[in-house]
Order: sequence, then C-alpha cells, then structure tokens
Amino acid sequence: MKDWRYWLAEQRGTLLAFGIFVVMFTIYLVNHPAIENNGFTVNTVANVVQTASNKAVLLAFVAMAQTLVVITAGIDLSVGMIFILTNCLASWIVVGSPWQTALGVVGVLAAGLACGAVNGLIVIYGRLQPIVTTIATGAIYFGIALALRPFPGGDVNGDLADMLTGKIFGVVPASLVTLFAVVLIVWVPFKRSTVGRAAYAVGSSEAAAYMSGVPIRRARFAAYTLAGLLAAMGGLFLTFFTYTGEAAYASGNTYTLFSIAAVVLGGVSLFGGTGSAVGAVFGALAFRTIGDLLFVFDFDPLWQPLFQGVVLMLAVSLGAFGLFRVRNRLDWFA
Amino acid sequence: MTDSTGTPAPRASILRRIDPAIATAFACIVLLLLLGSLYSSNFLSPEYLLQQLKVASFLGVIATGMMLVILLGQIDLSVPWVVTAGAMMSCAAASYGLTGEILAIPFGILCGVGLGLINGIGVAYLRIPSMIVTLATNAVAQGLMVVYSGGFSPRDSASDAMRWLATGFAIPSVPNSVIVWAVVGLAMVFLLTRTTFGRAVYGIGNRERAAYLSGVKTRRIVMIAFAISGGLAAFGGVLLAGYASKAAQSMGDAYLLPAIAAVVLGGTSILGGRGNYLGTVAGVILITLLQSILSVMQMPEFGRQIIYGVVIIAMLLLYGRERAAH
Amino acid sequence: MNGAEPLFRMEGVSKRYGGVRALEKADLTVHAGRVHAILGENGAGKSTLIKIISGVVAPDEGRMTLDGREVTFPSPAAANRAGIVCIFQELSLIPDLSVADNIVISNAPTRFGMIDRRAQQRLAEDALARAGASDIHPKALVKDLPLSRRQMVEIAKALARNPRILILDEATSALTAADVTRVFEVLKRLRSEGLALLYISHRMHEIAELADECTVFRNGQKVDTYVAGSKTDNEVIEMMIGREYSHVFPPKPAAIASDKPPILETRHLSWTDRLKDISFNVRTGEVVGLGGLDGQGQRELLLALFGVLRGCSGEVLIDGTPVSIQSPATARSEQIGMALIPEDRKTEGLMLPMTVRDNLSFAALDRVSKNGIVDRAAEDRQIDEMIRLLAIRTAGTDIPVGALSGGNQQKVVIAKWLMRGPRIILLNDPTRGIDVGTKQEIYQLLRKLADAGAAIVFYSTDYDELIGCCDRVLVLYDGLVRRELVGEGITEHALVASALNIDDGAAAEPAAADA
Repeated sequence: MKDWRYWLAEQRGTLLAFGIFVVMFTIYLVNHPAIENNGFTVNTVANVVQTASNKAVLLAFVAMAQTLVVITAGIDLSVGMIFILTNCLASWIVVGSPWQTALGVVGVLAAGLACGAVNGLIVIYGRLQPIVTTIATGAIYFGIALALRPFPGGDVNGDLADMLTGKIFGVVPASLVTLFAVVLIVWVPFKRSTVGRAAYAVGSSEAAAYMSGVPIRRARFAAYTLAGLLAAMGGLFLTFFTYTGEAAYASGNTYTLFSIAAVVLGGVSLFGGTGSAVGAVFGALAFRTIGDLLFVFDFDPLWQPLFQGVVLMLAVSLGAFGLFRVRNRLDWFA
Repeated sequence: MTDSTGTPAPRASILRRIDPAIATAFACIVLLLLLGSLYSSNFLSPEYLLQQLKVASFLGVIATGMMLVILLGQIDLSVPWVVTAGAMMSCAAASYGLTGEILAIPFGILCGVGLGLINGIGVAYLRIPSMIVTLATNAVAQGLMVVYSGGFSPRDSASDAMRWLATGFAIPSVPNSVIVWAVVGLAMVFLLTRTTFGRAVYGIGNRERAAYLSGVKTRRIVMIAFAISGGLAAFGGVLLAGYASKAAQSMGDAYLLPAIAAVVLGGTSILGGRGNYLGTVAGVILITLLQSILSVMQMPEFGRQIIYGVVIIAMLLLYGRERAAH
Repeated sequence: MNGAEPLFRMEGVSKRYGGVRALEKADLTVHAGRVHAILGENGAGKSTLIKIISGVVAPDEGRMTLDGREVTFPSPAAANRAGIVCIFQELSLIPDLSVADNIVISNAPTRFGMIDRRAQQRLAEDALARAGASDIHPKALVKDLPLSRRQMVEIAKALARNPRILILDEATSALTAADVTRVFEVLKRLRSEGLALLYISHRMHEIAELADECTVFRNGQKVDTYVAGSKTDNEVIEMMIGREYSHVFPPKPAAIASDKPPILETRHLSWTDRLKDISFNVRTGEVVGLGGLDGQGQRELLLALFGVLRGCSGEVLIDGTPVSIQSPATARSEQIGMALIPEDRKTEGLMLPMTVRDNLSFAALDRVSKNGIVDRAAEDRQIDEMIRLLAIRTAGTDIPVGALSGGNQQKVVIAKWLMRGPRIILLNDPTRGIDVGTKQEIYQLLRKLADAGAAIVFYSTDYDELIGCCDRVLVLYDGLVRRELVGEGITEHALVASALNIDDGAAAEPAAADA
C-alpha cells in the first residue's frame, strides 16, 4: 500500500520535469500559428509535434548522455563535442547501399563509445577530475571533428534520414519513437542492472560503495562509455536532419551547456546518486519548448536568449525553496 | 629552497616548498620556448617574449578571478559572456559623452561585479551548485547583450583610456597590459596570503563546514569571491576591447576553458583549498605559449585543438592525480 | 566449546601508516560459536585490526589463516566471499539507495542481467526480520532514516550475507536501548548456530553480557587474552592504559554563591521534536555536564546555543539579557563570547590538509588583524603561546594538521577557540577517541578555565568524566531535562538510573532532586 508512495517520492524530480514539459508544450501547441490557422486537426498537430520533436530529440540524447555521468557524481564537458564529432563522421560514412549505411551507423556509434571510453579510462585510471579531463578531451574530439570536416559538407543516406525524421503512420514522429526506443534499450536495462545501481552508489557515496564491495571502476566506465554512445545517437540524428557534417564549435559548446541545464531541470542532482535519464529527457524537451514559446508568441527574436536565460535561472533557483525546510544550518554543507 | 625548521619558526615565504606542479609548469614553459626557437629564430627575442606576455595578460586577468572561485571549490562558467558584457558595456559608456568616456572602464568592471554577485548569491545563499548558477548567469548575460546590441555586432568603440591600457607603453617596451596583469596579480596574492579574507577562502575551499563552525561568515565570503571573479572577467573584456578597439560578439568564448586549464595546470586543485598564484601565472603563460607555438608551426586548427587537449591531459597525469583509494 | 579448531587465526600482523605503528605483530584467534570481545583505547589498533581482517587495508607483514588455510583479502569483497562480514562504525550504506538495494548490494538476485526487484524485496524483508528490524520498510531511502534505523539496516545487511565471522565495530553506539536488546538476542541465537563474533566496544556491561573471551590491545600490540568475567573492570582498564588506573580529575571548588545573573541561561528552549522545553542556566566558573543516552538532544542543545539550528523557540539569555544567536559568527562575537568544540574534529573542527598554524588561528583571525589585514607577528605570537599552553605535540607547525594524533588534533581545536578568550565554552563529546593522557590534560584545562571565570557546558558519553569534571549534570531524555544532579549527587548509579529510567511505552518518572 505504501509502496507506490515510495515510488512517487523517488520519481519526484522526473515527474516534475514531465509536468513542466506538458504545461509548456500545451501552451506552445495551443498558440502555435499553424494550429491557429488550421485548427486542431490531426495532420496539423502531427506536423507541429514532428518539427518540435526533431529539434528537441537532439538535446534529449545529449542530456541522457550527461545524466549517466552526472549520476556517478561526475560531469562530462565533452558530450557536445562527441555530438559534433559523430555528426561529422556520419556525414562521411552513413552513405551508400543499405549495408554500407548500416555499417556506417555502427561505426558512428562505435566512435561515440570509444570517445566515452577514453573519458572513462582517463578519469578512472588516470585518477583525474572529470571536469578538467573532459575539457581536454572535448578539445581533442573537436579537433578530430575539424579534421574530418574542415568545411561543412558531406551527405547522408536519404532514405534512412527521411525515415527517421518523418512520421510513423502519419502521426507519431519517428524521432520520438527512436528516443523512446533508446530509453527502453539503453537506459532501462542500465538502470536496473547491477552496474547501473553501482553507478548510483558511486555517486551517492564512493566511500560507502567501496566498503560495500561495489564495482566502482566498472560502474564509472560503463557510465562514461554509454554517455559517449548516447551522444553519438544525437550526432547521428543531427546528420539526418541537416544532411551535412559541420564542426561547429559554438554548437558543441551550447549542447554541452544546455545538457547540464536539461539534466538539472530533469531533477538529476549534480552531486550524484539520484535522478533519472527520463527526467533529463523531459528537462531537455521542456527547455527546447520554452525557447520555442517565444517564436509562438511572436516575441522579438532579439529577446529570446534573455528569456531563455531568465527561465533557466528561475528553474534552477526552484531548488532553493527546499532551503526553507532546512532546520539545521549544517545541512547546507556537504 | 629550504627553510629553517624547528618550533616556533618564523613564517615561511611563499616559495618555501616548491610545489611540484608549479615546477613542472615552468619546466614545460622552458621546453616550449626551446621548441619554439627551433621553428623561428626570433622566438626567444625579448620583443617576441614581451608580445607573448601581452597576449597572456588578458587571459591572466581572467584566470586570476577564476582561481579565486576554484580555490573555494566552485567554478565560474559565466566567464564567456561576462567578458563580453564588460567589453560591450565599457564601449557603450565610452560612446556616451565625456562622463561616459571617463567612467567607461569602471562601468565595465561594475557590470561584471553585478553579474558576479548574481552568481555569488545563487551559490552562497541559495545553495545552488555553482556549475549551474554560473551557466544560467552566462545565458542571462548573453541575453542582455543581445538585446542591447540589437542583434548586430557591437558598434561602439573603445575609449582612449581603454586603448592605452591595452596597447600602450607607460614604461618603454613594457606593454601596459602586462603591468595591469602584474598589478592585478600582486593584489590577488596580497588578498590570498595577507588578509583574513584570503585565509577564509582557503579554509572554505578545504572544508566549508568547519569554516562555518569556526564563526567565519562563509556565505558572505563566497558571494564576494564570485563578485571579484565577475569583475576581473569583465576587466579582461575591457582590456580586450581596448586591444581590438571595440567589442565583438562571442569574444569571451575563447577564454573560458583556457582560464580553467591555466588555473588547474598551475597546481590549483579543482576541488578547492589548495593553490598558489604563481602556479596560475605559470599556467597562463604555458597555455599562451602553447597556442603561439602551434600558430608559429602553422599547425592547422584541428591539430592545435588536439595537441592542446593532449598536452593538458599529459601534464595533469604528471602531477594532478588524486591519491589511490587504498 | 573446548578443543575446537580455531576458525580464524591471525599471527604476527603489522601495519604502519607513515611513521606510526598502528599494529605491531598482533595475534588473534577466533573460534566458531563464540563471541570474542576486543578492547582497547582508541589508537590501540583495534580499528586497524578490523580493517585488515575485513579486507579494507592490506597488512605490511604477518599471516592470516581461515579453516587452517592461509588467506589474503585484497578487498572487502574478497573478505565477504570468504564469509567475513564487518559492520563498521562509519556506515557502509549508500544514502540515496533504498534499504532493500543496500541490503543486497553486493549480491543482488538477477534475472536476464537485470536486478530482480521482487526477489530483492523478499530477501531484504527476511534480513530485516532476522535482525529484529521488521519496522523498517525495504523501499525507504536510507538517507531518510534516523541513525539508529540505519545501523539496524547495516546489521541486516551483514546478516544477509550469511557470514561465518561477524565483526561489530562499536556497532551499538547509535542504537536505542530496545534495539540493543533485540540485536543481542539475534547475536546470541547466531552464536548458538555456530557464528563467530568479533565484538569491539567500550561498553563494559555489553561485553559482560555477550562475550565469551576478551582480548586487550594497547599501542598496536596484544596485551592479553582472557576468559570473559575472569578479570575485574579495573584490571582490564589497567591493561588498556598500561598503568595503574586512578581517577585523575582536578578537585572541584565549592559551589559559588552569587547574585549576578547566570552568564548563560535558557528558558523553554525547543526545536523541532529533538529539543522540548529546555530550561537551565550556567554560572561563571561552573562546569555543567549533559548526560543521558546517545541522541536525546544533547548535541542539538549545543548546536542550538551556538546558533546553528534554525527555528528554535524559547529564550537564550547572556548575562541576563535575551539574545538571538543565528550563526556561529554571532555566537563567537565579543558580546556573547561563545565557543563550540564540535562533534567531529576531522570534518567540523579542523581543515585537515591545512597547516597546524593556519588551523590554530582560523577562528581568531579578526583579533590578530586590522582592517582585514593579518598581523603576522601578533598571530605567530598567539599561536606559539597556545601551543605552549596546551602542550600540543607536533613534529612541526607547518605540517598538515591531519598528520597529528587524535589527541593533539583535539588540542588544536580547543586552542583555536581559546585564542578568542571565550566566556562560554561548549564541548560536544571532546574526549571521544582520545588517549588517556590527553584526556587528563583536557580535564585539567577545563577546570582551570572555569576557575578563571569561564562557563563550561560539556556533553560526554563517559560517565566517569561527568562525575569527575562537572559541578552539575543535566540528564536528558527525549529532548527534555529529566533530572539535574548536583555535586555529591553525581554518581554513576544516579546517572545510569536517570538515563535509563524511561523505557519504551512506560510513563516517565518526574524529575526529582536526587538525595
């Protein structure tokens, strides 16, 4: 009887993010010009959702990647660059016959895995702090991306791209379905496995984890490597949308920073040990939708960055309300 | 550089024990200089070296603020747009008439202090992790600047004073910006080693809980530190604007990661509580030299990025490792 | 019980930490179906011994045998696999995970590679029941549980591993009396089933109840092993401290009559449900002790006085004037003049990586500086004075304070506050984990400070200290002052009686002046 109450308490962050997203998206949808012109037809709504989804899914993948690392009380400032790198790589190899394309996809995902693995190895065996490690590896990955695509260009298998950016049954965006599938195939097994739980343990209290015999190194390695994989999914999708590979430094940086914002919005604690990638996904979707709200309300695009910044500031300050409940000031400190 | 031991000894100087990190950093600087001289004969010439110091001084001022925040065990990711805001706002003031031109530099710095205060209040009083607060401030600063500039690239010019500070020569052949960096640096060293504020910073970085229980006003100190960091980042922007005669969008982006890297390569622990300004100086010079050499070698951009990242990791592996768990 | 082959044996095991010999050629023999108690002062090597047996650290020399075969344990997991499970003082529970997750964390039941939640829940419920803690819900998050519940989860987790040797390292310190009874029942049952138990505790009465044999350690070496009950408490203590044991407390002055208002007074002080209507006062020159079982509000009272707790109701008066203390910064100010020696010196009293000097002057920097600039000469003078005054033994003053022994570290904490010349000194269990010699020095110091006019409030878990040092003792239970003992009335009997006077459910006896 009380079981569901515990589940509720555990998922609080995720549910909150979900709630924010639903509210934001509803406002967005209701005020969207296409809906205002054509009414709430299935087709119109589906189109609006598809465009929104395609854009948001990119950030969702990168946010999921960041979540995995943040759970272990780490941070990955190179996710944006892995995203860019895999985009550039994909624009070279995800082309040609179905077999070649398939191999290309595998290659791109493997590259993401490799990048994540390098991060993990340096953090674990080099015993360096994640923040500085990933700053440095981010530069390396960007360099490789730049080597692959000094100038924007390349191509991608059109059929695959159309399929994954289109709609299924003319209604549901394929990108959303893919995101859902990735959550099911990558996140859920990870979270429910011993390695996934070990990752939470490491982030919550590494000392206690050690004393309990938790496989700390394996957990960290899995987190960083899978993060690379998820970032690569994002990069792959970017290629499907843009049909090019571009080593855009600003874009990579932005995605990294936005992924941190999405993660926090999604109820994942930057101190590690709690949170869910599902929450981060909703955080990413909500974040993107907030940006789109301005377009929908016909705000001067000039004000969009400020609006996004203020909303972000307010969102992260929400957590400060918990401070009112703090009775022992020593709880402020770790 | 040894010192006499035994109870109660007079207080040791800053250089009592050479931090292996700082020694390694300076060794690498020497190595880079030698490497550079292989590519170009005038790499070791005083003019070129002073030029390097001049370029380094902008990063140096920014890294000084970053070091203060990192010593607390925090991080300041708002540097990119605080730098830009400092540049743009000082130029804006400069175009405002005579009073504006006189007050341009302090106004730019004050904008940075204001943004830094937002960071400080968020971290110290609202207990929000610094990584996310400074990120939000960065976004807000960007928003404000975009609105101000109307979406166009900034058109205001820097004031003469700004230009002089950044490119002038008060002392013959010594660039002014180097002197500015030196002054800022000495002030920071004084702050850190001779004032109660500085001692509190190290204490808080080591163990904020114990500092709080000792009766230190930890929240106020954290807030002030972020304000200083914001002010210094903005000051860096002011100097950069003086150097280029005007501000530019995204001019601050290139300074965030190098600032963090410079501080960490200088032996300051990213976890806080440990660090020496001399190390930050070494880190700044190291990074500047590295970037210069790569450009002298005419290394394409991609190579520069990769080498930059590899060098940082290599150096950190040399001396930045935590102790093994057992 | 007799003649059985030892289950586990340790011979000639040594361990050094830097220059400190934590353990020196230690021997230990453990038999199945017996409870073996380990006694010794803190720093005697007990913790190191346990860490070696449970695989947390590796010994420098010596050998261990299990079932007659030589073994080594490179990690806690390895020791666990061999059937050796340790319940540590610092809990090994993951705060953000549920009770069930924690209990089976090292051997979770899996299905298709994923954790079988239902099986896990059942296992957890079983383990909790076996530990006598069925009131704990398996899905509750550990961080939401109070300390006593967490300790029970820790015990359940250990039992779920079906150990052959169970090590309890001061595991009952956080438990309520009812919990202790239940746990002892469980342990006795397991003993009869063949479990070997290594029990480390300071609490003589627990050892008397549970142990079959005892071993005393001192300075890293084994002193003696004897059958439980065959030595008197005094003999045991003498073995622990290595010399004749006599209470060495400084003499207490006669009660001082004064018509000045008490320097510190509280009226109806309360805070959440941990402090309920506490009214007491302390006069200049008095040493007032706080007694009672662990966790009855003593720590919270000290924190409340020092301004750390928020939302306190009631009044606090300094020299008869009501004050509002909302931060340690206010508490230590000139007008109020309070100092707090906190509970955990390593995380609350000191910055371990910083030097002895920097730690010493940290709380008094405002007194040796002008306009924010530190006067180094004045600072150094005061630091040297403090080191001399408290006889702080250190290899040098520019070394990290983390390198000092526990007793000297605590002296640094005390010295740090004495540099401010406080009028009211609060101490939160200051002699915990400190060697006997330093303890004596601290007792002398406290009396000297009181004689010089300070008011001292002193929470201790050690009855002898309360009896020997305090002019008055307030025994707390459940956030209230149960009884106040004065002067000759402070006896062990009275302390224990008033601390344990209340058991679960029964109505409390009214506080009465002791005869």
